[in-house]
Amino acid sequence: MGIIKTDKLVFEYIRRDEEGNVEGITRAVDEVDLDVKQGDFVAILGHNGSGKSTLAKHINAILYPTEGAVWVDGMDTRDEKDLWNIRQEAGMVFQNPDNQIIGQVVEEDVGFGPENMGVPTEEIWERVEESLKAVGMYAYRKFSPNKLSGGQKQRVSIAGVIAMHPKCIILDEPTAMLDPNGRKEVVRAVRALNDVEGITVVLITHYMEEIIHADKVFVMDKGKVAMEGTPREIFSQVKRLKELRLDVPQVTLLAYELQRKGIELPDGILTVEELTQHLLQKYHMK
Amino acid sequence: MSIILDHVDYVYGEDTTLAVHALNDVNLVIPDGQFIGLIGHTGSGKSTLVQHLNGLIKPTGGSIYFNGEDIHAEGYDKKKLRSKVGLVFQYPEHQLFEIDVFKDVCFGPKNLGLTQKEAELRAYAALKQVGLEDEYFYQSPFDLSGGQKRRVAIAGVLAMKPDVLVLDEPTAGLDPKGRDEILDQVAKLKEETGITVILVSHSMEDVAKYVDRIIVMNQGSVLYDDVPKEVFKHYRELEDVGLAAPQVTYIMQALHKSGMPVATDATTIEQAAQEILQIFF
Ligand SMILES: Nc1ncnc2c1ncn2[C@@H]1O[C@H](COP(=O)(O)OP(=O)(O)OP(=O)(O)O)[C@@H](O)[C@H]1O
Ligand SMILES: Nc1ncnc2c1ncn2[C@@H]1O[C@H](COP(=O)(O)OP(=O)(O)OP(=O)(O)O)[C@@H](O)[C@H]1O
Ligand SMILES: [Mg+2]
Ligand SMILES: [Mg+2]
Repeated sequence: MGIIKTDKLVFEYIRRDEEGNVEGITRAVDEVDLDVKQGDFVAILGHNGSGKSTLAKHINAILYPTEGAVWVDGMDTRDEKDLWNIRQEAGMVFQNPDNQIIGQVVEEDVGFGPENMGVPTEEIWERVEESLKAVGMYAYRKFSPNKLSGGQKQRVSIAGVIAMHPKCIILDEPTAMLDPNGRKEVVRAVRALNDVEGITVVLITHYMEEIIHADKVFVMDKGKVAMEGTPREIFSQVKRLKELRLDVPQVTLLAYELQRKGIELPDGILTVEELTQHLLQKYHMK
Repeated sequence: MSIILDHVDYVYGEDTTLAVHALNDVNLVIPDGQFIGLIGHTGSGKSTLVQHLNGLIKPTGGSIYFNGEDIHAEGYDKKKLRSKVGLVFQYPEHQLFEIDVFKDVCFGPKNLGLTQKEAELRAYAALKQVGLEDEYFYQSPFDLSGGQKRRVAIAGVLAMKPDVLVLDEPTAGLDPKGRDEILDQVAKLKEETGITVILVSHSMEDVAKYVDRIIVMNQGSVLYDDVPKEVFKHYRELEDVGLAAPQVTYIMQALHKSGMPVATDATTIEQAAQEILQIFF
């Protein structure tokens, strides 16, 4: 069994009126089977409302299955005695940084997690420094978080999770509010955590180019997993992705447009280097 | 008719030890009918700047004129200003508060003094414009997914039919299709009604595709103010201030460097494809 496993996971939001009568039911996750290997970098894509956040909240036991089951490192998330172990092993970064920051000073905020875990003081400061540097916010360590702009806050909350040294980190659109440079820094930091520390990464995003290095991509549609494969396999299917309200990186789209206009290129080109190489070859043959 | 920012300065927590100088001598003229992109690193002052445009924030130095009138002069009608300059906040949660989606979107037009019936018609049209399905209309806005909340917040401002539409990162959190749909709708609205649109965005690709003018902020000051092609020619300088050019610009640079006779200033997929095709056919 992988570090994260779900078996026919179903989750329904139930809306009730004041008297408690059921007003409506939304099946947000619908029979999802996931199996994520320890050390993998997994990406989850999907249209708005497709169930990504709901699925993510099951991984660190914020939500519990309506049907089916979820295991984290072999622990059933419904088992109350494992709740804190699960939350420590699976760290989560949410979409909106405003709800995640509690400290009065940036470095304090980042230190909260390790402090609660009982990490020795000296090591806490090491972790705070390394995490803040990883997201490019070290210069702001003495700032008050509520005086930071949106993008700056988001980087602090990522540092807060990194400082806990979790086995697995789930990031729910962590870069949605960042500038191009901040996005690159965060993706680089997350990739380094994955490569160097072997931390399992689950990245939810609407930025297609952020996940070209993922080991595996899941595409959600109306609560179900609609596609599953490597980035190249997924991004080769431009039409299918567009039907699912998604897109491909600009370089992939450009290659696809050139293909349609009669230039022979392989499907699923993912990087600028690849495209340059193929076009150059064609150009010299001409 | 225009908005003028004349030597605008803004300091958060003025007179405290934690003072942050968020805007530094900003001078801008925003004539009617432009589609403007406002870009800049996180913390560069974009949100602070746009909150000045409808009078939410008062400059600590300098003045702001809307159609020739100083908006902070005594007796100036701020309520009217806010109905003319519609601002969609960066965090939609800050804007949503009613018990259901439909009421939330009706709030603005009702506040303008429209009848219930008129307000409802506008709300309905605005929700259609942002592509939210009917099934969500009577749900609490807080029970929606991130992207759905964003749509409701945008609809709330569209329903007021402002003359100047200011969108603070409206596509953050939207799926790619939703992103295109919303920006296409805004562009269409602009074409049809001639409104001014100011789009704050971290997506260089979106900005390149839609706007006629880009204002680049860096640490509270205006760094560049020009048409997209000219601004993105400075891609190295943009990288130094936390930004980038659209990915296609880098592709064209790489092709050019490897010896292919292509121009390097394409900023959209269409331009890039055209430029590459002309050397093959
Ligand atoms: N608290 C809630 N109460 C009721 N329904 C909810 C709640 N949160 C989400 N939903 C519904 O569940 C479905 C899945 O939502 P979810 O937030 O998981 O989507 P998502 O894929 O994360 O979307 P996004 O890309 O917009 O963040 C949607 O139809 C949404 O309206
Ligand atoms: N309420 C506040 N109190 C004090 N300082 C603030 C406040 N809001 C923003 N700032 C500071 O003012 C500066 C400009 O922030 P602003 O939010 O305008 O930037 P931005 O360009 O919108 O950034 P982002 O891309 O992250 O949204 C930043 O240094 C920020 O830390
Ligand atoms: Mg979500
Ligand atoms: Mg902002």
